Amino acid sequence: MSTAELPKRHYLNANYNVWSWLLTTDHKRIAILYMISLTFFFFVGGVAAILFRLELMTPQGDLVISETYNRLFTLHGVVMVFFFLIPSIPAVLGNFLLPMMIGARDLAFPKLNLLSWYLFMAGGLLAIAAIIGGGVDTGWTFYTPYSTTYANSQVMAMALGIFVAGFSSILTGLNFIVTTHTMRAPGMTWFRMPLFVWGQYATSIIFVLGTPVLAITLALIALERGLGIGIFDPRLGGDPLLFQHLFWFYSHPAVYIMVLPTMAVISEIVPCFARKRIFGYRFVAFSSVAIAVLSFLVWGHHMFVSGQSLYAGLVFSFFSMLVAVPSAIKVFNWTATLYKGSISLDTPMLYALGFIGLFTIGGLTGVFLATTAIDVHVHDTYFIVAHFHYIMVGGAVMGYLGGIHFWWPKMTGRMYPEMWGRVSAVIIFIGFNLTFFPQFILGYLGMPRRYHVYAEEFQVLNVMSSAGASILGFGYLIPLVYLLWSLKYGRIAGPNPWGAKGLEWMTPSPPPTFNFDETPIVTEEAYAYPPLSDEPLPDDFLSDVPVADEQREPLRS
Amino acid sequence: MADNSLRFTSHHIVPVKTYTLVFIALLVLLALTVLAARIEHGVLNLVVGLSIAVTKAALIVLYFMHLRYNSFVVRMVAMAGVLWLAILITITMADYLTRS
Amino acid sequence: MSTANTHVAHHYDDAEQQFDAARLGMWIFLATEVMFFGGMFTGYTTCRFMYPAAFAEGSSHMQLLAGTLNTAVLLLSSLTMALAVRSVQVNRPAVAVRLLMVTLVLGFVFLGIKGYEYATKFAEHHVPGAAFSLGEAHNPAVNPQHVELFFAFYFLLTGFHALHMLIGVTIVAIVAVQTWRGQFSSAYFTPLEITGLYWHFVDIVWVFLFPLLYLIH
Ligand code: HEM
Ligand SMILES: [Cu+2]
Repeated sequence: MSTAELPKRHYLNANYNVWSWLLTTDHKRIAILYMISLTFFFFVGGVAAILFRLELMTPQGDLVISETYNRLFTLHGVVMVFFFLIPSIPAVLGNFLLPMMIGARDLAFPKLNLLSWYLFMAGGLLAIAAIIGGGVDTGWTFYTPYSTTYANSQVMAMALGIFVAGFSSILTGLNFIVTTHTMRAPGMTWFRMPLFVWGQYATSIIFVLGTPVLAITLALIALERGLGIGIFDPRLGGDPLLFQHLFWFYSHPAVYIMVLPTMAVISEIVPCFARKRIFGYRFVAFSSVAIAVLSFLVWGHHMFVSGQSLYAGLVFSFFSMLVAVPSAIKVFNWTATLYKGSISLDTPMLYALGFIGLFTIGGLTGVFLATTAIDVHVHDTYFIVAHFHYIMVGGAVMGYLGGIHFWWPKMTGRMYPEMWGRVSAVIIFIGFNLTFFPQFILGYLGMPRRYHVYAEEFQVLNVMSSAGASILGFGYLIPLVYLLWSLKYGRIAGPNPWGAKGLEWMTPSPPPTFNFDETPIVTEEAYAYPPLSDEPLPDDFLSDVPVADEQREPLRS
Repeated sequence: MADNSLRFTSHHIVPVKTYTLVFIALLVLLALTVLAARIEHGVLNLVVGLSIAVTKAALIVLYFMHLRYNSFVVRMVAMAGVLWLAILITITMADYLTRS
Repeated sequence: MSTANTHVAHHYDDAEQQFDAARLGMWIFLATEVMFFGGMFTGYTTCRFMYPAAFAEGSSHMQLLAGTLNTAVLLLSSLTMALAVRSVQVNRPAVAVRLLMVTLVLGFVFLGIKGYEYATKFAEHHVPGAAFSLGEAHNPAVNPQHVELFFAFYFLLTGFHALHMLIGVTIVAIVAVQTWRGQFSSAYFTPLEITGLYWHFVDIVWVFLFPLLYLIH
């Protein structure tokens, strides 16, 4: 049971002065730095959303003019995608947990890790400068030739900001991959690693191989704007579709950067609160890698109506259906894990269940959209907006919050107030659905995205959506308050308040600077939750669990 | 401590002779590619030019960069770089080649 | 205490592990570089596919001799770099220092020739932009704007390559000093090894740029 005292010395109180934070190479402190910065950006993006949802209460443009509206939704998109959701789980939870979960003292390159944070902040400052300097009106997608030739806004500064922040992603991915290969504790074979680590690993593949293409694409935009080199400019013989290819080569995989780490979190929470081993460990593990690879083959589904060749569209459509398969595998495995588990509905589990449901809706509508005939009808309508918000907000943000609640006691040594946690999780779930479900209908009825005025008949659904947005916004504020409150007043958590499995729970909360007093030796599978005594398990249930450790082949990296 | 598969050849020492031979081969290939380009043979020019470039790159990667003596993981990383580049170019070209 | 141990950071178990991590990290970084240049190569491929004649025209304005010479210079610098690493592996740091100096000089020779080529291009108005002009003698069937596109890729690709060369000579200079100070031996030479990897990579990029820019028919 939990001890009533925090450990005397831990990573948070090892040093106190400001420099010990700003120059820290401790992966746990860097995670905290990221958490603070990302929370800031989340609320910046959120304020913009609240403003344009207010504007959309009425069909006329009475709060902002169209130019301002364009800047608001671009700000929202850029900040939420590049400065919140892409780094969110890897940079905060991944940084904090990955070394601990594999029994390492730190990431392979601690200084590089600190550099990542500084790059992220430098990119973030450039983005803020672009916003203060008048904002950007291209949408987060920066489509050419508008962004290169016509847009009269801070495209350069914003592109540069994202460029710089991109290198932070690259270095984080590099660090994670090397750490997973070289820093595992004795006995920590690949198939004993928690699925969280598999998820971060798969995400890192995308970071490392996708982000550089985004970087060069943004550099080309800047060069085109500055020097008019003409590569994307049809007047000079360039091709705007080339931009779309390069952009989506990164940005479709990027949506999996957002959701793979979330799936990784869910794979930790579900077994813990169902008190069962994860069903089909290897399927879940490999599906992460499969998603990472397949995600690079589908980007053209964003270009069905852009003038890309019909045949290419067909191929992209086919691959898009294929990428849904490994995602579905995960959903089935989580559901099977829940089956006959002894389930407790603590806050992290509420978020996890919310994720599974909303992600399924988002993923299925994705399959609709990947069907060319449907996409021609709903492309650039609110249907798209609803689709990706179901995955990115209903899925990824819920997973992030679930993860934050699950590991909060580990990070801070204290429990958050459970009652408030549950209440806000439910509020967020309701607010979310009220905001975005009407948008499916709006889009299906033909309301285009990215306009600040709309036809009268869409008003009722828009008012519902705006009402939902205010509930959602309120729901996000509650955790901010009680989590801060818990830092001082929360109950002492002890090393393992959830009775969870995994190396991170075997060290004190908060952990010491080097995570473990001595390097742990791993002797069992991940999620070795005791089988329920009264309930015989189905025969095939343990099929992927080896009979005895000695019979395992040693697994090579 | 991680498993040992990464490290069986950390410090492989390549003989000077190998390096020199590789360098000579690279120079020969350079001469070859310049000469081949003088002859007009349509698309084949591109094919020959790229094949020679790939051969040169392979020599550099395998010997100067020691990929030949490196672990499976490092080889996978190198392969991944090449494979992903191929994905990017091939699929993009799939669009350009079939536009009407 | 051996030299190796003094270099092991606290979070590693031993020098071997640290070396493996650094090398793997460098290879992953190079994979990201492949994709960074890859974006430009993709653009090049699509435009060359659309305007083959214009690209051939543009290529005919390249200085083949300078390009060939530069390729040879870089290949030689890769050899000296590889030999420098080897010299440290067999504990002959003094030789390594000299080889690194040669590498460095070759790097500057490359940049010098490149600079000379750029200067010629400026003089001939072959730089994309308002002042661009193809001059009198060119294939009348090609649209000069499309040739301009070729030159855009020429400057883009060689420009980013030259930037990598600049970074390369800087770090070669740093490791040369470190070698000279006796910081490396067969037991520990990680920075030298990964600098070498980077240098060879930049060489490889050029190996592709050469036929793609100088040798089009
Ligand atoms: C798994 C996480 C996913 C995320 C985070 C996600 C996110 C997004 C985003 C952000 C967009 C809109 C981009 C824009 O135009 O601004 C989008 C559009 C699209 N998504 Fe998804 N998506 C996911 C999964 C899927 C899946 C599984 C499929 C197909 C099987 C899919 C198919 C599509 C299609 C076809 C579009 C383009 C619609 C259009 O613009 O006409 N998505 N998605
Ligand atoms: Cu997509």
